[in-house]
Amino acid sequence: MSASEWRKAMNAGAGRTAWPRTAAAAPAPSRAARWRGRGAASADVRDETRWLRWIGGRVRARHVLVLLAVLAYPLLAPPFFTFQIGGQALALGLIALSLTFLAGYGGMVSLAQMTVAGIAGYMYAIFATSGTDISLGWPWWLAVFLALAIATVCGILIGWFSVRTEGIYTIMITLAIGVAFFYLVQQNYSVFNGFQGFQSVKTPRVLGVELRDPVPFYYLALFWALAGYFAVKYLLRAPFGVALQGIRDNPRRMAALGFNVTAHRVAAYAVAGLIAAVGGILMVWYNGLVSPGSVGTSWLINILIIAVLGGMRHPIGPFIGAIVFVLLQNFAVDLVDRERFNLLIGAIFLIIVLFSPDGLLGWWAGGAVRLRAVSARGRLGRRVETGEA
Amino acid sequence: MPRFWRWFWVVGLGVPIALFTVWGLVDNAKLFLTTALNGLTLAALYFLVASGFTLVFGLMRNVNLAHGSLYLLGAYVGYVVGDKTGSWLLAVAAGFASAALLGLVLQTTVFRFMQGQDLRQTLVTIALSIMLADVLLWIFGGEIYQFDPPRWIFGRTPLPLVQVYPTYRLVLLAISAAIGVLLWLFLNRTRVGMMIRAGVDDRGMLAAAGVNVQSVFAITFAIGAGLAGFAGVVGGTALSIAPGEDTRYQLASLVVVIVGGMGSVVGAAIGAALIGVAEQFGLAYAPTYSVVFTFVIMALVLAFRPQGLLGRRA
Repeated sequence: MSASEWRKAMNAGAGRTAWPRTAAAAPAPSRAARWRGRGAASADVRDETRWLRWIGGRVRARHVLVLLAVLAYPLLAPPFFTFQIGGQALALGLIALSLTFLAGYGGMVSLAQMTVAGIAGYMYAIFATSGTDISLGWPWWLAVFLALAIATVCGILIGWFSVRTEGIYTIMITLAIGVAFFYLVQQNYSVFNGFQGFQSVKTPRVLGVELRDPVPFYYLALFWALAGYFAVKYLLRAPFGVALQGIRDNPRRMAALGFNVTAHRVAAYAVAGLIAAVGGILMVWYNGLVSPGSVGTSWLINILIIAVLGGMRHPIGPFIGAIVFVLLQNFAVDLVDRERFNLLIGAIFLIIVLFSPDGLLGWWAGGAVRLRAVSARGRLGRRVETGEA
Repeated sequence: MPRFWRWFWVVGLGVPIALFTVWGLVDNAKLFLTTALNGLTLAALYFLVASGFTLVFGLMRNVNLAHGSLYLLGAYVGYVVGDKTGSWLLAVAAGFASAALLGLVLQTTVFRFMQGQDLRQTLVTIALSIMLADVLLWIFGGEIYQFDPPRWIFGRTPLPLVQVYPTYRLVLLAISAAIGVLLWLFLNRTRVGMMIRAGVDDRGMLAAAGVNVQSVFAITFAIGAGLAGFAGVVGGTALSIAPGEDTRYQLASLVVVIVGGMGSVVGAAIGAALIGVAEQFGLAYAPTYSVVFTFVIMALVLAFRPQGLLGRRA
């Protein structure tokens, strides 16, 4: 969001909160008078139509198409594509979404989001059932709840810790925290079971449905991915999100306006922590294991790659990035040697960073603008030819 | 510092450390002193890696997350040269030169075109570190390599109380101290060093004064990268070279400069000493939690002095 857009948004927000019944509500009385005679039920109808109109104003054909496509996907794709590609991409996308929210809208690039997800995974493995004696064997819903709570608290702590620094320093601090957690779980055997980690973590069976089966897992991941996506979309338009974007653009001005900069930033880490924690639980169900390798440096970086690859300007970016990443991961063997996946992903990441700072979404937007410019020029040219201009 | 805080630190940190020292010396003096020496030699190695990192950051605001990869590159190139020529000194020189050359190429072909875009530069270095690590793994495989240093530095030296200690580690300590002094002299007594210090303070003003800032940047990046490669050979001789070492030294230099303060070479020395010693004592006395000590130091510094011990507020 540019400075002028931001100012506009801020003014609109101020208009809503400070003068609820003056300028903004001016045309209302006549309409209200018209409706007054018809009783309360018709007022509800009006609310309903307004709600429908709100939806209608926002939903485009492409939204419906994408939604139908992701819903119908498991019916058309073989189980491998449903589970390995679809399910994994959605779960990874959710973790990357938390980074996009933090980095793209809060201006804080945290490499510790995979660590938060890993904490959730580890906590689930510790509280629920796995192949290790350390696991407590508690019911899965309790384990999920505890894992989410603990991981979110850890996310808040990491945030509280790293907001003491700014900009480029945040990357360093969060990377240091993430790698420190990796070494901790690798060295500690009493709680985290060291190098082995937790193997064969049991995925719950809910209402007779095995959640690790491809189709149920896909829909579960899809549900949470959509929930995360819409939650982020909503938050970005809510006063909190607008203030957060203001803090990203100019923290000093926001502080001067009376916003508590630190509190907003830590709150952003809390939101991102919860999203990442959900993604972490999905990842541990997907993999059926959690080990130091799942929170190692390469995965910390992979989440950043996914977020940057897709583009940080829109919450759909991380999911696009995750799809590309997972496809590359599975089919790199056809392009290059399987062992050289890192080289390939590193090169793609480098190209994206060098030539398209906004990721694939940036290319998309840039391409659309160029296409429009070309077609506009074409029309102008035709008009010149016909002597209209 | 107000009086309260002085007492706070003395009671909160000084007393426990003093008690631990006394206990350690009485309980097992040999273990304690060996650990202390191990800590200092590790600190020497950390300083060599981190000084280049902090130098580059201080001048160019470029968080070079490929610094660990440069360490590994220098180590491998040094190994190949040492293997072919049989000379350890040539290996050290090759390690420095190869990393410095790559640093120079990176600065002149990539980073100079994204000046001021901190985040983008960092992302580029991340991409480079992934690719470099993979290329090195491709060429050298997963084996562990060991250097073959000259006999006169690889024996054991008798010392009081500790009895014997590997000579090479003492040499490492001396090398690191010498590099520290040379770096200080270079920064404080030469013309280029003066330009670098001026650039750290105010890049724009330095350029306005008629200095070719780009060449100063290139020199600094080459020296910073070269120090990483140098440390690769010197450290690889003390320990060994294997894939994954790049991450380890990357993390070490990150923590060291966070603790010591970004852009300060003296801060890097202090940070390296703290982290190295803490890590070794952790390994010796509480093996499962050794990483926690490093982390606690970082947390304390961040909580009370976010800019690092010798850092200036950004």
